[in-house]
Amino acid sequence: MWAIVHKFGSPQWFYRLSCRLEPWCWVLAALSLGAGGVWGLALAPADYQQGESFRIIYVHVPAALLAQSVFIAMALASLVFMVWKIKVADMAAAVMAPFGAAMTFTALFSGAVWGVPTWGTWWVWDARLTSMLILLFLYLGVIALRGAFSSRQSGARAASVLAMVGVINIPIIKYSVEWWYTLHQSATFSLTERPAMPASMWLPLLIMVVGFYSFFAALTLLRVRSEILRREGDKRWVRALKEIPS
Amino acid sequence: MSASDGGALRPPPHGAGRAFIATLSRGLRLAFRRRGEALNPLVFYALVITLFPIGISPDPALLAVIAPGLLWVAALLAALLSLDTLFRGDFEDGSLEQLILAPQPLWTQTLAKVCVHWLMTGLPLALSAPLLATLLALPAGSYAVLTLSLVLGSATLSLVGAIGAALTVGLARGGVLTSLLILPLYIPVLVFGTGAVEAAIAGQSALPYLAILGALLALSLMLAPWAIAASLRISLNG
Repeated sequence: MWAIVHKFGSPQWFYRLSCRLEPWCWVLAALSLGAGGVWGLALAPADYQQGESFRIIYVHVPAALLAQSVFIAMALASLVFMVWKIKVADMAAAVMAPFGAAMTFTALFSGAVWGVPTWGTWWVWDARLTSMLILLFLYLGVIALRGAFSSRQSGARAASVLAMVGVINIPIIKYSVEWWYTLHQSATFSLTERPAMPASMWLPLLIMVVGFYSFFAALTLLRVRSEILRREGDKRWVRALKEIPS
Repeated sequence: MSASDGGALRPPPHGAGRAFIATLSRGLRLAFRRRGEALNPLVFYALVITLFPIGISPDPALLAVIAPGLLWVAALLAALLSLDTLFRGDFEDGSLEQLILAPQPLWTQTLAKVCVHWLMTGLPLALSAPLLATLLALPAGSYAVLTLSLVLGSATLSLVGAIGAALTVGLARGGVLTSLLILPLYIPVLVFGTGAVEAAIAGQSALPYLAILGALLALSLMLAPWAIAASLRISLNG
């Protein structure tokens, strides 16, 4: 059984698999981002309360979803790396961290842009905004810790431990911030009490979510492959790849 | 295969409790030999608290409103600053390697180190907080809750902070990085710590908050020693 696990985790096998999977992910991402983008940004009806500015959710919601799920994916990859010493898992965790931080920033930024016409301010200390900001700091910590070590192996293991500690803490932080918010502030603005969306509004949102996730998958596969080439550059099979005339 | 070989070579972990007490008393003895250093977090705490009335306003009514948060944030920063010394000395003179090589499980040793840190910073900070609270005109009736919340909360801070200190002990300049890693994880403790004090000021029961602080302490007491031990092993390998 362990032989199978190690075979699946070997960089060479993963490189071949991702070569095959990646084009499909790109096609799915391009199709759904294109379709969802045009539908959501141009064809969907404007909100009767928020007008055109509600269309920011077609970027904001997928980014916010990814921001959280990328951290979980990163922590899972870290766990796999720490337990089974599978190098590919660490490479995946390494390339996921900047992407997750970028998505967290996108969610925060698009939320702020949406807040100006809707709430009349760039920032409120809302529970969700606050926990998103803390998530950004957690990402930055993982990235900074990995970069601080001169030995790649130590940096990888340290970042793995921190990602796992972080993922245990995320729900605690989330609930404590929610409690803090309900204590300290009366709800001046409400994110949650939106009128139920008609299908012409939420369908493009669903398509955009699929598009964001497939973009994430495609980009991760691409970046893991380049990470494999960089780290395994002296292996025989990588040199054999180079000899193929392009 | 190699793991089972290592296990067979190792003597069974006898005397983990005695090793815990030995590390604890060694840490305390070292700390008492350098009393000046042990006072530094307390002086820092008092200094930071002094800065706020100067920077914001000496008005007691205003200070009373922000006092719970200030007292907690300043205590948190004082505990954070002292984390750098937690494993640094042992790392530099090689005794950390001896702790790792010792037959007793590493987490008991790390737990002892964290206990020393808490006894030398968290507990004194909690005990001196009421004194500083009078400077900030904290409303009467909340002093006991302030101390109690800091006693419980600072133990969690020491445990969680030690993970960050262990991760960065091998780095030449880990100080700022440690705070970047640890501060987001401190937020729940801060929320419920200040919540307890504010509930006491409002005349409500602070017990739910203290219970949650205790729960956070129990959780980190369970998980943190292993994370600290794993982090120390990583730091010493690289």
